[in-house]
Order: sequence, then C-alpha cells, then structure tokens
Amino acid sequence: MKPLLSTIFTNPQLALELDSNQWDYLIRQARNGNVLARLGYILEEARLFGQIPIKPFLHIRSAQIYFERFYISLQREIVIINGVLKSINVPLVLLKGSAYVVQNDTAAKGRIFSDVDILVPEEKLYEVEIALLKEGWFCNTLDPYDNKYYRKWMHEIPPLRHLKRQTSIDVHHNILPKIARFCPDAKQLMANIVKNREHDLWVLSREDRVLHSAIHLFHEGDFKYGFRDLSDLDLLLKEFSQQEGFWEKLLQRAKVLRQGMPLYYALRYTHLILKTPIPNKILQLSASQACNKLNIRLMDSLFLRALLPDHKSCNDRWTGLARWVLFVRSHWLKMPLYLMIPHLFRKTFKRMFSKDQ
Amino acid sequence: MKLAELPKNLIISHLKHGGLKLKIGAFNVCIYSPIDTVSEHLLVLYGDYDIVSDNDFIDFHTVVKSPSIIRRYFRPQVNFSFDGYFPFKPLPYTQASAMFEWGLNWCIANHSHQYLVIHAAVVERNGKAFIFPGNPGSGKSTLCAALVCNGWRLLSDELTLVSVVDGLVYPAPRPISLKNKSIEVIRALSPDAVIGSVVNNTAKGAIGHVRPPTESVKLASVPAMPAKLIFPKFLDGSKTILATLSKSRALLKLVENCFNYNILGVNGFNCVSDLVNDSDCFNLEYSSLNETLLLLTDLSD
Repeated sequence: MKPLLSTIFTNPQLALELDSNQWDYLIRQARNGNVLARLGYILEEARLFGQIPIKPFLHIRSAQIYFERFYISLQREIVIINGVLKSINVPLVLLKGSAYVVQNDTAAKGRIFSDVDILVPEEKLYEVEIALLKEGWFCNTLDPYDNKYYRKWMHEIPPLRHLKRQTSIDVHHNILPKIARFCPDAKQLMANIVKNREHDLWVLSREDRVLHSAIHLFHEGDFKYGFRDLSDLDLLLKEFSQQEGFWEKLLQRAKVLRQGMPLYYALRYTHLILKTPIPNKILQLSASQACNKLNIRLMDSLFLRALLPDHKSCNDRWTGLARWVLFVRSHWLKMPLYLMIPHLFRKTFKRMFSKDQ
Repeated sequence: MKLAELPKNLIISHLKHGGLKLKIGAFNVCIYSPIDTVSEHLLVLYGDYDIVSDNDFIDFHTVVKSPSIIRRYFRPQVNFSFDGYFPFKPLPYTQASAMFEWGLNWCIANHSHQYLVIHAAVVERNGKAFIFPGNPGSGKSTLCAALVCNGWRLLSDELTLVSVVDGLVYPAPRPISLKNKSIEVIRALSPDAVIGSVVNNTAKGAIGHVRPPTESVKLASVPAMPAKLIFPKFLDGSKTILATLSKSRALLKLVENCFNYNILGVNGFNCVSDLVNDSDCFNLEYSSLNETLLLLTDLSD
C-alpha cells in the first residue's frame, strides 16, 4: 500500500477526503519523517489550510511554530558565521538546508535540521577551524578514533558546537569522503558557486544543489529522514525545472562531477514515489549515464522501502532488511573494504558496549 | 463512556492489545502497556476520564513497556515511547506508572505550541485561575493538592496551558504527583483523598499520585481566566507571607518557568506580558498549609 503521506504530498487535494483515523496516520507519518511543518506548507500552498480538522491542524501548526522559530535562529547563525569567515577573508559557501534558506528555495519550507553545513577550500580548513574556535565553537568529538577518522578520511572535520548557543556547524572541504568511490573534484564545485547578494555569501549552483542533495541521500546509511530528503529533491526539481535548459545542464554537471548514479536514483525515486514531473527523455538519458551496471530491480526493492516515512505504518516485513542492506552499501560506497571492515567492527562493539552502561 | 464504567478485564485487554484511548483535557491519548502497575495506576486514578471512540484522532500514541524480554526479568527496566520515539533512558521496572506520567508531560510540553506551556500548577475558584509556577521542591504540587482537596477545581498540577490566542488557561487535569513527605501531609489533611500506589526510589524520591476530583475531570474542557500568579516557596518553620511582586520581576520569573517561551517568539512575549499584566503577582513563603489555604481562599472571594 502506498503511504498516506506520499499520496498527500503528491496530491494535496486528497486531504479533503481523509477521515480522522487517516489524519491520525498522516500526522504520525509526517512527524516521524520530520516533515510535519512541511506538510503544513504543502496544504497551505494548495489553499486547504482552512479545511483541516482542528485536531490535526493544531499538530501541524505546532510544528510550524517550531519551524518559524528555527528559521529565525538559523538566519542569525548564518550572519555570525559569515562574520567569522569574512574576518579571515574566506568566502562563506553554504550547503544543503542553509543554502535553501538563503536562496528562498521551496525546499527550505518546513525543513528543520540541526547543523549549518559550509564548504571551504581544503587548504583553508585549518585557518577556518581556528577562527571558529576563537569565536566560541568547540569540538565535542572527544573520541580520538573518531577525530582521526574524520580528519584522515572524511570530507569534513568533526562537527563544531558553539559553547553558548549550542548550535552546530559542519565544515566541509568536499561533499563526499576523499576515499569514496566516486568522490568529485572539490575545485569543480568551487568553480561553479553562485553569489547570494542579499546575504553577501555564496551557495552551490542550482544543478550542484540538486546533485549534492542526491549524493547525500543515495550515499546515506541512515534513512530516518530519507523521505524528507526525497521530498527536498522533489521540491528542488519542480522549482528549478521551470528554467529553460535546466535538465540538460543537470545531466551535464552530473557527468563532470562523476555523479551519474545518485542523479539517476534521485530522478527515478522522486518520480516513482512523489510523481515528480520529469521528462521521459531525461530519465532515459540519466539511466544511460549511471555508470555502474545497475540491478535496478534490486535497488527498487531496497529504496522503495527505505525512502518511505520512517513509521511502522509504512513498513512491511522487508523494510528492516532493506535499511540494513543500504546501511552496509553506504559504507561500501564511502570507503574501501580494508578500512570498512575494521571500522564497522569497532562501531558495532562500541555500540554494544555503550548500550549496557 | 467513562473508564470506570468498563469492566476491569476489558481495560487490561485494551492496554495489552491496541491501546486504551482516553480523553485527557484537550488531548486524546492512546496508552499501550502490558505492565500491571500501569493498569493499576489507570484504574485507580483515571476512572472519571472519557474513553475516546475507536475512529477518533489520537494526539499522543504512547507505549510503556520493557525494552526487551531480558530486561523484563534481569534487572527489569521500563521504557516510555511516543509513536516509536524514546525521549528518555529506561527506568527501573517498578517506576512504570510514574514514567507514564512523565512521558505524557513530555508529549504535551513539546507538541502543544498553540499554548504557552508553563511549568506550574493551576487551580480555579469562583472563576479565577491561580497559577503557581515553581521549580521542583517549591511545594507547588503539595499546595495544589491541598487546594483541590478543599474544593478548588484542578486544571493541572504540572503544566499550565495558556492559549496564545485568547489568553485563557486550558485544563489538562491529571493525577497530582506528590513527593516524599508531601504524601503523608496530604493524607493527614484530607483522609478522603485517593492516592495511588507509592513508587519508591525514583530520581525525585518516593512518588504518590492523587486522584483528580470527578468535578475537575468533568469540567476539563472549560477554560479559566487567569487571576493570580503566585510563586510559592515552602520554607520549614516560616510564617505565611504573601508579598506583592512587581510586574517586571514577575515577568522574568515566569519566563524562567516556561517550557516553550523561546519557541513562541513574539507571541510568547505578548502572552507572558498579558498574563502578568492581567494577574496580581505575588511571592508566597509558607510552611503551614492550613494558614495558606485560608489566605488563598480569602484572595479568591
């Protein structure tokens, strides 16, 4: 059965026909998928806000109120980070959620997240970290293994947290780990950034924002917010495809950045799950660009489960297995075997050990 | 249909399969729990609450059960979850009923931003709501139980819900949680009060819950106008002193006791300042409950 949430995201008008039991499931699926506030904006956009029964309405509003507050704090956080980077003459490049916010992308609506992600040239990493530490951020990854793992293999330094505001920042020098199978050239990303005049900072180009979102989702090992990320892609694609030539540019960029596979999955699964309007020709071209030999039926059986809202009403008996296989796959994509096996062993033992404490 | 009108074995069967659905103030709550102490707790303390019909919307789907089969028998533990989300670490199995109450507080405080949620007891007499914000140990629950046992209407002993739209206090009456010595104090003061099984050795000491009066549960959908904002402080051996508090001090103290002031933004500020402007604000130091009861009753006439 198709989950109620994806049905309503695809066709909001159907919300008018829901009974209170269905509203109950809709709200639960949306809350567990971290898209309750976004559900509100989708219904608002469809001019249905006045027709939602009072009980579900209050839950949606409550989530929106939380989101509105988050939105204000985020804007302030971005101003502060921009100030720090300006002081050392490094341009601020925002990624993901914060980029959607400053660009006013529809994907910013109702999207709640915990970290500001930024991209800096690798050679400036040290300077940026010191500047942030001086301004009150600190590294709360105390485990020496984790710390070393981040710095040696990953595309970011350990997350930094601000001592007073408790906000978190992820400083990236690339969008995939250095050791990942299809790591793009960060210089290519930097060469294509776009100025945001209103906030006096930079973001990735439209096509690269889509690709980054796709890369993130289809290298992901944890699908707790998989549906939310899929919905981001749906909103980004719907909005950007209004521009002439967007699809061709997108395919072109995927080739340059070696991201044919995640882009193909992004197009396929937004189209299958959220009915994102994508020209057939583009879907076919993208399939031919996806570089490895795809066993698409296997992938369908995994992603069509894992990308649904993380709620028991959306699961079948194979969902748990699908998520586990994708968890292992994500490690396989992100690191070579000789690193992955000791790493997973270590993590498993640590988890078992800390559970009992 | 009220909970007390259902046969006991049916209630237990609901709790074990599918969940028992209760209307608690403005909230429909579904409780799933196979644990005996939880069903006992509900049977003794929630008898006056309406059962929600099967097809209604549920605000909070809650589960109280052991984390695993092993944890049922070896160093037994209990977990609270809200539709698959676990806000707390597990607790010892014997604390299941208290954990349900804390869990439900958490659900309400974190998902009800249509209200300003204050960590405060609130009771009403003659149409006037008295709000008692206070940190644990200030004696707000004890005071609340004493007032309620003397005919005041209970709106809540823990979460005061002030509507951001109309400024009224909306009730969510639940059993009043008493700690340690307060249990005996209330038993002595009001021998008729029904107090559920006492749970010992919790993080807050021993805890006993007082059954809310039938009348308060019946009026659970009737809001009340805030009239007095009183910050209580129990001080052993002190006289009963009710001192007027300036509006500005009261506002700052009130903000410290709100759960979601930071989330509500400008609406939160307006709501808090309206509440302080429209209420008489006091600090209350007390040790004698009887004296305090007389004083507060006078104040409500």
